[in-house]
Amino acid sequence: MTLSAPGPARNLPQYGALVAVLLANWLLFPDFFAIRLQDGRLFGSLIDVVNRGAPVALLAIGMTMVIATRGVDLSVGAVMAISGAVAATMTGAGWGLPAVLAASLAAGLLCGLWNGLLVAVLRIQPIIATLILMVAGRGIAQLVTEGQIVTFTSPALAFIGGGSFLTVPMPVVITIALLAVTALLVRATALGLMIEAVGINRLSSAGAGVNTPVILVAVYVWCGLCAAVAGLIVTADIRGADANNAGLWLELDAILAVVVGGTSLLGGRFGLVLSVVGALIIQAMNTGILLSGFKPEFNLIVKAGVLLVVLLLQSPTLTLFLPRPKGARPMGAVKPPVAPTSGGAKP
Amino acid sequence: MTASTAPPSTPLLAIRGLSKAFLGVQALDGVDFTLRHGEIHALLGENGAGKSTLIKTLTGVYQRDGGTVALEGREIAPRGVEEAQRLHIGTVYQEVNLLPNLSVAENLFLGRQPMRWGLVDRGAMRRRARAILMPYGLSIDVTAPLGRFSVATQQIIAIARAVDMSAKVLILDEPTASLDAQEVAVLFKVMRTLRSRGIGIVFVTHFLDQVYEVCDRITVLRNGRLVGERRTAELPRLDLVAMMLGRELEAAAHRIDLGPAELDSRPPLASFKGFGKARSVEPFDLDIRPGEVVALAGLLGSGRTETVRLVFGMDRADRGEATVDGRTIRLKGPRDAVRLGFGFCPEDRKKEGIVGELSVRENIILALQARQGWLKPIPRRRQEEIADRFIRLLDIRTPDAERPIQLLSGGNQQKALLARWLATEPRLLILDEPTRGIDVGAHAEIIRLIERLCADGMALLVVSSELEEIVAYSRRVVVLRDRRHVAELRGGEVSVERIVAAIASETPNMEVRQ
Repeated sequence: MTLSAPGPARNLPQYGALVAVLLANWLLFPDFFAIRLQDGRLFGSLIDVVNRGAPVALLAIGMTMVIATRGVDLSVGAVMAISGAVAATMTGAGWGLPAVLAASLAAGLLCGLWNGLLVAVLRIQPIIATLILMVAGRGIAQLVTEGQIVTFTSPALAFIGGGSFLTVPMPVVITIALLAVTALLVRATALGLMIEAVGINRLSSAGAGVNTPVILVAVYVWCGLCAAVAGLIVTADIRGADANNAGLWLELDAILAVVVGGTSLLGGRFGLVLSVVGALIIQAMNTGILLSGFKPEFNLIVKAGVLLVVLLLQSPTLTLFLPRPKGARPMGAVKPPVAPTSGGAKP
Repeated sequence: MTASTAPPSTPLLAIRGLSKAFLGVQALDGVDFTLRHGEIHALLGENGAGKSTLIKTLTGVYQRDGGTVALEGREIAPRGVEEAQRLHIGTVYQEVNLLPNLSVAENLFLGRQPMRWGLVDRGAMRRRARAILMPYGLSIDVTAPLGRFSVATQQIIAIARAVDMSAKVLILDEPTASLDAQEVAVLFKVMRTLRSRGIGIVFVTHFLDQVYEVCDRITVLRNGRLVGERRTAELPRLDLVAMMLGRELEAAAHRIDLGPAELDSRPPLASFKGFGKARSVEPFDLDIRPGEVVALAGLLGSGRTETVRLVFGMDRADRGEATVDGRTIRLKGPRDAVRLGFGFCPEDRKKEGIVGELSVRENIILALQARQGWLKPIPRRRQEEIADRFIRLLDIRTPDAERPIQLLSGGNQQKALLARWLATEPRLLILDEPTRGIDVGAHAEIIRLIERLCADGMALLVVSSELEEIVAYSRRVVVLRDRRHVAELRGGEVSVERIVAAIASETPNMEVRQ
């Protein structure tokens, strides 16, 4: 339960964890914070973290709002594969960049629309509804690529993955841009409030006149779009589409990033920036373990350990032992049952 | 307190001075209840009367604080449902508590399957299952999953299971709530058969007709206390309703006088013709004029809440038509109603009203924001103005507008919900039990507010169990019974006695005036 305790105290676990992981990386690898400029593009381990973390960060942006509505989208990895397959195949067939981008983003939107309709209109539980596309999506991607790993040589498309804008790598630029657009879309309008209201209590929200089906469809559509952008970046980066492995298991990293960012799986209050921080924590750990020369097997275990710590710091049970923010009450405080009045109350 | 007719010998079940409190709220206060062999005994009372607490204490779900429970003269204190079953007390709830995915036979023998060589003897189980169901007139495929049968059949199976586990006392907790007339008849036949076998049945229901059809005796509880025990044959309906509602039938103290003639000449704001929904509420006609308060009165389960839910589009009517300002409208959902200028404070505040983790401010502006659409956000400053205005106006007790609404008391949550709708300046405000479960102070404030609102020309449709309240502020009262609008009282006709008489009357559709 996220009681809205505003202020920096609430975000401390996330930022603290990010700083701690970065510092740990620095201890293992003293050059970690070194950044150099080469051929008009920034290089360095820190840049690498942000750059490599971009796809999961993008997924986390869309996933945050889905989770805020008390849903989850398991299909984002498969949607990445679809959008990547569409982009690579069309580029190979000679289409120009605008058409390629439009088509693969449209594919992502369509996937999101499908998920949203299943959840909002047919009222299928989100985990099941999106599982369908998680399974079928890879099949669709393979159909698009005809079972091959499709490579391309278009420098225009490759720029999205490997290029830079004002010395900043393109994936980072795109992530920041999408984060800004999304934040503007939900916080400069009433969408954010409605998403949170629907996630906390769908019945009450509908009763207040909130168009709950449209809100639900919208968050899944946006999540599909974010996944398509992430898919484009991965495809552009490797200059090819691998329908089997593009975005594989990334939906789990994205969910983890959102949860680490403090958005509850029970829906409600969400923080987009914190989800991106969550994604960066995960990527910083990946990078750190690679740099340290440990076997990659350690990666998973160390990752699990750090995540456990972050989640424990947010857990209501543990928070009981820490100083409480004002306005929050101890968890498990029991309210007395409502006194019966229906038959009573003498005039 | 109890009836003068003394039991012939040791009663089957004798409860004396039963008390139970929850965190300071006295749910049962020295209640007596006597069940004799071979009788069907109705346990009646409105919400919060203590019926379910009594049953749960009897079946071992709760432990009693005081009093005695004796089964055939022997004191018992079951510590759980299973122990109650061993003590021959069986319970069947409205929601059948069996397992729909298991077969009928498996359900009948759950936890006590006939065994052979350490394995379940399926053959014996099937044979015995068929034998058990035979007296109930059920010849069904006992290997089919329970969930495939109607609720009525499932209920009879649950009863058969309870009786087969040697129940002497059978508690039926609102078994007829989701049955149609024919299914009810079958259930009653089963109940009468069991009665003739000497089993004592406790029957909890909200349907008075059914009480008079099948019960021998009636015990009425109110606010956790015993009101009395009567023989059904000796208790006129009017007296029963008065016992349940606890009204000394006297003229109400004060009433706002609204000239009915003047108001009747106004064109209706909203008009419903033949509006209804199968298995929810029978088709009804209802006109609501600007500036008037229309109240819906009736016992629990009479269709009051169902009516207002249809009017607001929370449930979709499957017949009839609705017009607003003379134009036919479609009510596909609450959104349509909100756009028409309707507002609705539901009975179940927690489940359907508040958005718990959002702040008081966000809860108050939610409906207004929803009506404006997401593209036109209400600026933060304006939100704060609206919230602060209503917090002051309605005296909502909260340290500030940013507090999550779930941390407020029930009465203050209710006032915040009122504020949510008042902020939209509704034309028709629907309040379902606006004063339920809130303290006396807030209660009075909400009544004053209702009076002020109708003076301002807003139409109000109110559901309430508090008849004095209804009489105090309503110009028109629609009385409901058994999911049907049975009477309409206007102007000078509105009084507690007339409402009680209409609730109790047996003749259906006594249209007071056309």
